[in-house]
Amino acid sequence: MYTPHTPQEIEEMLSFIGVKSIEALFEKVPAKHRFPQLDLPAGLTEMEVAAELNEIASANASTDDFISFLGAGAYNHYIPAAVDMILQRGEFYTAYTPYQPEVSQGTLQSIFEFQSLMTELTGMDVSNASHYDGATAAAEAANLAYHTFRGKRKKILVSRSVNPQYRETIRTYMNGMENVSVLGDEIENSETFESFMDLIDKDTAVVVVQYPDFFGRIIDYTKLVEKAHEAGALVTYVFNPTALGLLKPPGAFDADIAVADGQPLGIPLSYGGPYLGIFTVKDKYVRKLAGRLVGETVDEEGTRAYVLTLTAREQHIRREKSTSNICTNQGLMALAATVYLSLLGKSGFKQVANLCYQKAHYAAEQISKLPGFELAFPDTPFFHEFVIKTPKPVNEINLHLEHHWILGGYDLSQDYPEMENHMLIAVTEKISREDIDDFVAALEEVTHD
Amino acid sequence: MTEQTIYELSQPGRKGFAFPEPDVPSTPLPQEFERESVRLPELSELDVIRHFTNLSHLNHSVDGGFYPLGSCTMKYNPKINEAVARLPGLANTHPLQPIVSVQGNLYLMYQLQEWLQEISGFDKVCLTPAAGAQGELVGALIIKKYHQDNNDPKRVKILIPDSAHGTNPATSSMSGFDVVPLPSDARGNVDLEALKTHCDDTLAGLMLTNPNTLGLFDEHVEQVVQLVHSAGGLVYGDGANLNALLGIIRPGDVGFDIMHFNLHKTFSTPHGGGGPGSGPVGVTQALADYLPGPIVTIIEDGDEENPPFYGFYTPEKTIGRMKAFYGHFGMLVRAYTYIAMHGPEGLRDIGEKAVLNANYLMKKVSEDYYLPYDRTCMHEFVVEGAWKDIPGVHALDIAKRLMDYGFHPPTNYFPLVVHEALMIEPTETESKQTLDAFAAAMKAIAKEAREDPEMLNKAPYTTPLRRCDEVKAARDLVFCCWVPEE
Repeated sequence: MYTPHTPQEIEEMLSFIGVKSIEALFEKVPAKHRFPQLDLPAGLTEMEVAAELNEIASANASTDDFISFLGAGAYNHYIPAAVDMILQRGEFYTAYTPYQPEVSQGTLQSIFEFQSLMTELTGMDVSNASHYDGATAAAEAANLAYHTFRGKRKKILVSRSVNPQYRETIRTYMNGMENVSVLGDEIENSETFESFMDLIDKDTAVVVVQYPDFFGRIIDYTKLVEKAHEAGALVTYVFNPTALGLLKPPGAFDADIAVADGQPLGIPLSYGGPYLGIFTVKDKYVRKLAGRLVGETVDEEGTRAYVLTLTAREQHIRREKSTSNICTNQGLMALAATVYLSLLGKSGFKQVANLCYQKAHYAAEQISKLPGFELAFPDTPFFHEFVIKTPKPVNEINLHLEHHWILGGYDLSQDYPEMENHMLIAVTEKISREDIDDFVAALEEVTHD
Repeated sequence: MTEQTIYELSQPGRKGFAFPEPDVPSTPLPQEFERESVRLPELSELDVIRHFTNLSHLNHSVDGGFYPLGSCTMKYNPKINEAVARLPGLANTHPLQPIVSVQGNLYLMYQLQEWLQEISGFDKVCLTPAAGAQGELVGALIIKKYHQDNNDPKRVKILIPDSAHGTNPATSSMSGFDVVPLPSDARGNVDLEALKTHCDDTLAGLMLTNPNTLGLFDEHVEQVVQLVHSAGGLVYGDGANLNALLGIIRPGDVGFDIMHFNLHKTFSTPHGGGGPGSGPVGVTQALADYLPGPIVTIIEDGDEENPPFYGFYTPEKTIGRMKAFYGHFGMLVRAYTYIAMHGPEGLRDIGEKAVLNANYLMKKVSEDYYLPYDRTCMHEFVVEGAWKDIPGVHALDIAKRLMDYGFHPPTNYFPLVVHEALMIEPTETESKQTLDAFAAAMKAIAKEAREDPEMLNKAPYTTPLRRCDEVKAARDLVFCCWVPEE
């Protein structure tokens, strides 16, 4: 479809090569398997494929059709039009990893700006050029900690209130390491974290906590950080980037590593990906950091320039001695976050965080007034997500809500058997007071049935 | 030529975007957690658009010019892919919506799984891995778990040819294996004698890129696979170079046990300045139970009136979850569209034209550059970017000088088995005219190397920047721009 060769050009090229046919170029391919008949539908024209994709899309109902209170790791924020306009520039999206700085300054400078924005946002010292997503960034944090102690510390402690999918991903990554145990799951969520903290010892490589946690709660981990540091262990914060528009950053709590999913920063929900892994560390871990890193330098004439740097850490140089196999970053998604934060700026970013906070608190207050509904953690502050105890199973309630074109919150019993009838509700700036009132009214109907 | 940073452009008090005022009563913030402010830049929308537009002008891109970066398959990225991936019905679906409301997404993913299985000859495909390197990690962890389940934990050794991508050894050691490099023979194949010496009961598997990074189809691939299998090992195929095989041969038919796809190479999803990639993994039936989840399946069969009902499952002995949710869905939409537009004939046309272009260009370029493995290549080839009689000129100089002729340089100094390597992959979407122009530039540079070698050492001259000081960057370690004090 996109091959430009005319029959005459093909002849000229074959004759220059010195073969009679294109088939003759494949003589080294085992004959009995050569040129298989693929059982696929015949190719479509662009017009036909556009119609087909429209039809597929119309078999979905999206967050444009529903009022959505779903969060749990992916958030329905407004994306300014300018963000995608920049992403659609072919100069950005059809370029590759900026190996040649002389003709890649656009990508390099935007990554450098991304790194700068991430360190400002988190209060950490250094950010890499990004990672696949929040879950893999958390797994790489465990990987970094493991390598920091040269494999001698065998315990990775992950709080049960870290996103369950992140916890699973950390476990998968640690399968490759010898005798590493990932602990913390068995400690039932408690707001004081005492029993979880008791696990910290001299064999602990890293303690992973989430801020705000998976239940939306804003928790002060100061004591936990102190205890981990006393034991010589690292501390990783998994954070929500929007929340940092209002809340003290992980750097202020002396975190060693801070990771996040950057999807809330101008990246569409897109059914779970591609998103953006944010990965930031204290200075002293920079040489153990996985992934690309852009540094400032000058060119031969002394002009400011940006290049990929400290590449000696990476797989293409160190091969089996590198700490990670990561090769690409999430370049275009990092660009989205960079444009988003540049556009919102100091005031707009604070505004969006505040709107999320205020609307979530209004929703929580209204819902908890309903008979049979109550906040699961009434004494703990939260950001834009909160847990409600419901009078009926969450899936039943959500079925009812769907009839009102409302996507209810996440059913926590899927991951936490002890949390039957617990719904995790997310509220973003896209939800209006009227939407919340409709949601509350629909929830109230459930109590009548 | 430089562009100021977003912080240098920032003006206190300037605004680029406003949200509506709150429509709910105000709740005070928890004071102990409140931060004063985030030092973000203050710019107008025009400031932002102009800044990033100016930056974009400093990039070389496929849309702007030839990009023969070996092993990266920098083919044209069709615009329709971008349009359909942005359809609101796809782009605005939340990953945790009830599956009944996203049957379109699941249908698309199911079809793509089936199509990738058919194209590659594997029995089961999982779409979740985020990129090729993550697909490799899936493969290595499957190999590990497979041997563990067979009570065969002494299999700790992974063989990796010396021409392999760096991700292969890195992945193997990340998965707890011992990495054993395998030499190539004089024709660029895996050295069979060396392979035989490692085929014992400690062999876990072999990671093989075929065609390899020299662009050569291994002439003994079936023997290689058979040797590893008879020693009880598994064969992992690095699908980085699958573009050369579309409609030509299916790796599953040759006996590979596992392979990852790079949708951003073979199936035209854009490289995005270094991601997002997408690295689905295919396996044989014997390994299907080890794949990471979630995988799309048919929960209820359809009939004449109703389509099937799709849902997710996670295989029984799964190695575990690789990332949040279900993979890079937006990339899956693009790859689906690309395959749907090509069909069986179009896919074979891709493989054929990629190989035709590479062989044509190889013949042209080898008039002036030494070709260490002189035989029919697949989708790419490697020449030496240096001459014995011109000691002052290196592959790097040739790479840099190509930019003055308007071309992106080839991959250089890789694969490591070729001295001063220049690795050139033209892809199938480039025209004969473009290939001729590139060959002419390579010829002109060879002439310059003889006449004025010192001039090449300082190239490029016409790019936005001259050669950059990478040593200074690694010494100074400046990773953030200047930020105005509050």
